[in-house]
Amino acid sequence: MKRLLKLSLALLSTLAITLPVHAADPIELLNVSYDPTRELYRAYNEAFKAHYKQTAGKDVVIKQSHGGSGGQARSVIDGLEADVVTLALAFDIDAIVDKAHLLPENWQSRLAHNSSPYTSTIVFLVRAGNPKKIKDWDDLVRPDVKIITPDPKNSGGARWNYLAAWAYALEKYGSEDKAREFVGNLFKNVPILDSGARGSTNTFVQRGLGDVLLAWENEAYLSINELGKDKFEIVSPSLSILAEPTISLVDENAKKKGTTEVATEYLNYLYSKEGQRIAARHYYRPTDPEIAKEFAAQFPALKLITINDVFGGWKKAQKVHFSDGGEFDKLYTALKKK
Amino acid sequence: MSEVSNASDVKPGVKPRHFGNREPRWIKPALMSVVLLFMVVFIFLPLATIFGEAFKSGVKAYATAITEPDVLAAIRLTLLTAAICVPLNTVFGVMLAWAIAKFDFFGKHVLVTLIEIPFAISPVIAGLMFVLLFGTQGWFGPFLRAHDIKIIFAVPGIILATAFVTFPFVARELIPLMQEIGKDDEEAAITLGASGLKMFFRVTLPNIKWGLLYGVILTNARAIGEFGAVAVVSGLVRGETTTMPLYIDILYGEYMFNAAFAVASLLTLLALVTLVVKTIIEHYLAEQRKQVN
Amino acid sequence: MKKFLLKKNGSKLPGFGLTLGFSLAYMSFLVLIPLGALVLYSTRSTPAGFLAIISDDRVSAAFEVSVLSAFYAALVNCFFGLAIAWMLTRYEFYGKKIIDALIDLPFAIPTAVAGISLATVFSANGALGKLLANFNIEIAYSRTSIVIALIFIGFPFIVRTVQPVLEDLDQEVEEAASSLGANFFQIFTRIIFPAIFPALLTGFALAFARGLGEYGSIIFISSNMPYETEIVPLLIVKKLLQFDYVGASVIGVAMLVCAFLLLLSINFLQGYARNRRGT
Repeated sequence: MKRLLKLSLALLSTLAITLPVHAADPIELLNVSYDPTRELYRAYNEAFKAHYKQTAGKDVVIKQSHGGSGGQARSVIDGLEADVVTLALAFDIDAIVDKAHLLPENWQSRLAHNSSPYTSTIVFLVRAGNPKKIKDWDDLVRPDVKIITPDPKNSGGARWNYLAAWAYALEKYGSEDKAREFVGNLFKNVPILDSGARGSTNTFVQRGLGDVLLAWENEAYLSINELGKDKFEIVSPSLSILAEPTISLVDENAKKKGTTEVATEYLNYLYSKEGQRIAARHYYRPTDPEIAKEFAAQFPALKLITINDVFGGWKKAQKVHFSDGGEFDKLYTALKKK
Repeated sequence: MSEVSNASDVKPGVKPRHFGNREPRWIKPALMSVVLLFMVVFIFLPLATIFGEAFKSGVKAYATAITEPDVLAAIRLTLLTAAICVPLNTVFGVMLAWAIAKFDFFGKHVLVTLIEIPFAISPVIAGLMFVLLFGTQGWFGPFLRAHDIKIIFAVPGIILATAFVTFPFVARELIPLMQEIGKDDEEAAITLGASGLKMFFRVTLPNIKWGLLYGVILTNARAIGEFGAVAVVSGLVRGETTTMPLYIDILYGEYMFNAAFAVASLLTLLALVTLVVKTIIEHYLAEQRKQVN
Repeated sequence: MKKFLLKKNGSKLPGFGLTLGFSLAYMSFLVLIPLGALVLYSTRSTPAGFLAIISDDRVSAAFEVSVLSAFYAALVNCFFGLAIAWMLTRYEFYGKKIIDALIDLPFAIPTAVAGISLATVFSANGALGKLLANFNIEIAYSRTSIVIALIFIGFPFIVRTVQPVLEDLDQEVEEAASSLGANFFQIFTRIIFPAIFPALLTGFALAFARGLGEYGSIIFISSNMPYETEIVPLLIVKKLLQFDYVGASVIGVAMLVCAFLLLLSINFLQGYARNRRGT
């Protein structure tokens, strides 16, 4: 027993020594991001570290946190001290403004392109040879097609999926009612609703469920590259939505930690040629025209609508479609009753 | 809830009796095959899968996977969490068991039920409670932020949530044991003039040591493996607030299935070691019971 | 305080005030205050609002999924648990010690690890999933998969509550019955089963309670579909992710009440079983 006591004492004292070490010297930056950007920021952080060392002569350690976009915003609201947030949609950053007042309301106008240094869109990932002949949104409401998409109430990517489908139906069939019906039929074909984009990709790719995955363009390319070019194909629909993942400094946190300068530089560097190239290499559409031209072959041209044009911005879209009792809830209640 | 608690009841080593003469002969083979099938599906296949997937890309890939800096950080955090929660819950568990087993007082039954609450509620709720208390939007949030104390999304929050879910193990293991042993030995020691502490270390502790150890390894196993409660309070910062089970989830989401299973295999190995230790302790507990009776 | 609390002053032992004081303080800090916070937070909704949240379609569907899955799993486990306990107490065979030790694997293994390995085993590409696919049975992501996970999580509870009772059964009663001409099934239904029933029920309640709250293993294996395979703990997490703290805490309190009631009935059952066994 005495030995046990000694052992635990020894353990405790080593802990006491190791604990404060974490708060050591180099500047630390915490980037709270969403799921599909893991690979992007792994590469970008390395590049930024080198860049910052070169220009400012200082070392910077960048910590990453990834998860569903809404959940990540929740963590920041609840006290996760992010210096910068790089989330899937503006609404999630708006939520941080509303609930925790950590950054000013005009955050989105502080950086170019609505604070989206890179954009993406929603495409279809199908199995090799496209056995179900899925070409466009209309094919998704066929009763023999099983669709994999995450839960729009939790996942940023899934909201873009949902809104893209809605926008397509609105444009093609001309009325809100028709759009509602179309999206309802589409979700009737969804057998699994994961809570995040990554979960859905796993379901489709690894578990082999479903005929088509509604995915971020970058996520679709990534899964093809990581898991075999011979297994999947990307289908670009005739119309999709311009997905704008937004980034921002979290002013109050950065101020408190004294990282405002480096955090701002971190975000600005995303707009630089080098940052844009890294984004493009990870299949995000660059906003810099020159880099966009450089990678043009990589991104098929398709008609992209924006959330501001069709849905009147994120706040409105969120309220109408994804709030409790909103369109999506109604749709699901209706599905349940059938 | 009697999570593995019945060590004090189970008596390994008792010779099984043979009922073969009365039991129809087909029952044994039928039962054995059913149970074997069950064990294959629920124990052996999952175990084989974990190690199979972990080593799918070879030993080298396995070694790389488990020595990656973020994995090492996760291992460190997991061990740190266990190293704090286990001693704390052990000390307070012993105190609680002492008070409950050796004394009669008002509200004892309510207290006994309250001890078990952490077992009975969903770990997710455990996490939620600490968010409501210490999150920026919670009761103490503004105070903590003003004083720059981080609990949620930092190591203290993970430790709190883990301590919560592992709180009952030691106490509920010791209470029945201490009640069974009675208080004669201790009373004799006190009558002979021993101090309280001396009585505890010389009389009580030797009596309960196996039960205590049993409670400790259960606490440890759960502390290392907790997922739900920790997931809610973690914040998922790589290399900082991700424990091993959380990191498995992260790797799983990065298409790094082999790496996920590699980390999982470490935890599984630990679980198997726990089972071995537990079996040994059960043996000693049974011996001890024989002496008591 | 001490004199007031203690019922009989018969105990000469020291340390009552000290141990109870310290442990109560620790417990308050760690368990009671957080529980109080949860309950208090849920009162931010009006009683009507509380009811509205609980009776919401999606929430009640999740409760249905959780309760039914936990119930079925516990039921299945009653059979397998009893079979395993029977085997461990009445038969001799090679590897018995190993089997006996491995029974507790679900207690020792992290739920997330259990989740990913079960999901792999039962997925369409997995060892068992492939086999079952030949018979057109798809388990992964269905409601059945939740039951599967809960069977794994819960079966040791039944084994470990029934096993000691089976061991303690008085052999002579069975022998007497046998010599009076009773056959095995009569002995089982009239003597053995009544004797182990309270223990079986306790094990059932334990497995059921654990199943209701289980999260880690299920999220990996279930499809997590609202109304179909969405369990209550997941719904709480989802509410949290949508900044709906009141909703999350209301559902949390509802689960807490369930858990508390289950605990009370378990304690009652255990007391009853102990009295019957006369110890």
